[in-house]
Amino acid sequence: MTATQFQKFAKRALWLYIPVFMFLIFVLLPFYWMTITSLKQDRNIFDPEANPFWFNMTPTLSHFWDLINPDKTDFLIWMQNSFMVAGLATLISVSIGIMAGYSLARLRFKGAETIGSSVFITYLVPPSLLFLPLSQVIDQLGLMETKWAMIVSYPTILVPFSTWLLMGYFRTIPKEIEECAMVDGCSRIKALIRIVLPVAIPGIITAALFSFTLSWGEYLYSITFVTDSWEKTIPSAVVGELIRGDVYYWGELMAGALLGSVPIAMIYVFFLDYYVSGLTAGATKG
Amino acid sequence: MKAKTADFGHSASQPRRTPILLAPFQYLEKEWFLGYALITPACILIAGLVAYPFIIALGFAVSDKVIGHSGNFVGLTNFKNLLQWPVFLQTVWNSFTFTFYALLLKVGLGMILALLMEKIVWGKNLFRGAVLLPFIVPTALSTVAWWKMLDPQYNIFNWIGTSIGIIEQGPNWLGDPFWAKVSVILVNAWRGMPFFAISILAGLVAIPRDLYDAATVDGAGPINQFRYVTLPMLKPILSVVILFSIIFTFADFDVVWVLTRGGPTNSTHLFATLAYNTGLVSTKIGEGAAIALFLFPVLVITVVIQLHLIRKDSTE
Repeated sequence: MTATQFQKFAKRALWLYIPVFMFLIFVLLPFYWMTITSLKQDRNIFDPEANPFWFNMTPTLSHFWDLINPDKTDFLIWMQNSFMVAGLATLISVSIGIMAGYSLARLRFKGAETIGSSVFITYLVPPSLLFLPLSQVIDQLGLMETKWAMIVSYPTILVPFSTWLLMGYFRTIPKEIEECAMVDGCSRIKALIRIVLPVAIPGIITAALFSFTLSWGEYLYSITFVTDSWEKTIPSAVVGELIRGDVYYWGELMAGALLGSVPIAMIYVFFLDYYVSGLTAGATKG
Repeated sequence: MKAKTADFGHSASQPRRTPILLAPFQYLEKEWFLGYALITPACILIAGLVAYPFIIALGFAVSDKVIGHSGNFVGLTNFKNLLQWPVFLQTVWNSFTFTFYALLLKVGLGMILALLMEKIVWGKNLFRGAVLLPFIVPTALSTVAWWKMLDPQYNIFNWIGTSIGIIEQGPNWLGDPFWAKVSVILVNAWRGMPFFAISILAGLVAIPRDLYDAATVDGAGPINQFRYVTLPMLKPILSVVILFSIIFTFADFDVVWVLTRGGPTNSTHLFATLAYNTGLVSTKIGEGAAIALFLFPVLVITVVIQLHLIRKDSTE
């Protein structure tokens, strides 16, 4: 390595990789800390002098065993609830989103523009604006204290996003493909199902991923509509059920937070590019 | 999906516009009919679970309703009381400062991150993957980790500070109003930063290279290139992302509720947490709805500007 090469290398390390490394620490710190704490013995966790970033006693899996032991916590039920709520809310929302997105992107009818604007406005309505009156509606529907309260209410957050995303996606598909199929004797519905949907699969995957992620992590609606441990999803249950009064089950809390994040993180690792495209679609179009 | 449209076909078997009765499936070939049929589920959802609750919210806000009892009409009493309640006024102030500082951090850190992500070669995918993680993981769960990390007794920053001997005893993070505010802003920025980074990166990649070449020919160094090329070219995307983030930062609930519950002594409340505390914890649901409605003007302003930007975008 010559002197100039070394200088170039040093400059790069200084201006690029040192900041990158610092950002990585900042971003990953809570996850690292969560993992370490979940594996610590209780006496280690509650020692204020101990190094918080490493073990002072032998690591233990006991907090994880406590979680999956049905006699101690309902963790497995919460996990099951989360999968059911997020799965169904996603299925409903993406189906409605496909229909609405196609309708707004492709079909001409009176009032389409007004409806399009109201979908967009709904997209910007934060859940915290309407959670109190929504609990009244959920009560009128007889869904209070059940998983269905969440399955029914999450689409209000997910449908506007999915519609907006898919509308943009359908617009990029050339109209000619559909028209060709219709000239060949395909009905409009058939052309939509056989021709347009297969081409739109990347957009549909993106909408589904975001819907699943948002419903998996939703917290405000779930603590508003459900207080019964058996009906809770992971975020509300871990935060609500593992802290009783002033007693914090810190080991179990961190183990629960970690396990509750793992399914989402795994999906995320496999579909990173879809997440990125969904985020930028939301940013540039919405 | 199929069942829904077929069902709709039946219910509309008495058409107003077409003189001759068509078989249900024939309606699906009509562009306007299919248009309405496909948009109906979305409309029902928005009408029933967004528009209708909004009307209920207006009713709640002018009533003295308590959970379990039907309330009476009290006019604007709730709003009058709120404007004289120091905790509420503190919340209004908190909302503005919280949004301002959190957004400043998110834009700043997001910009630096985006520039790093554009330049990085070795470890590119790993870095991009890690950076998005805070945005993907459930906020309530990651905030629980922050909550313990910032705990007064086991605070990691204080531990580092005392261990290397720069401080004798650190601040009482979540127990002190000032440091509690710093904490909620920090965690909100930590969580929202990836969204800014990825959006800005998308904008950066789209800037034509020849603009930089031209700037170099004109003798612009890296700083001037950033100021006169990068920033102006990023302006459209930045304005959309910032507007979008304003409403959701203003309306944040998860971070504050998990981290401080609005405490210590109500010093970190935002509209959402105060509405939850008043409406559900203290069961004064009428007053709670009135507090949440203060988010509405912010929403209206954001929507108006956003729609304006979109229109401008599509006419240009």
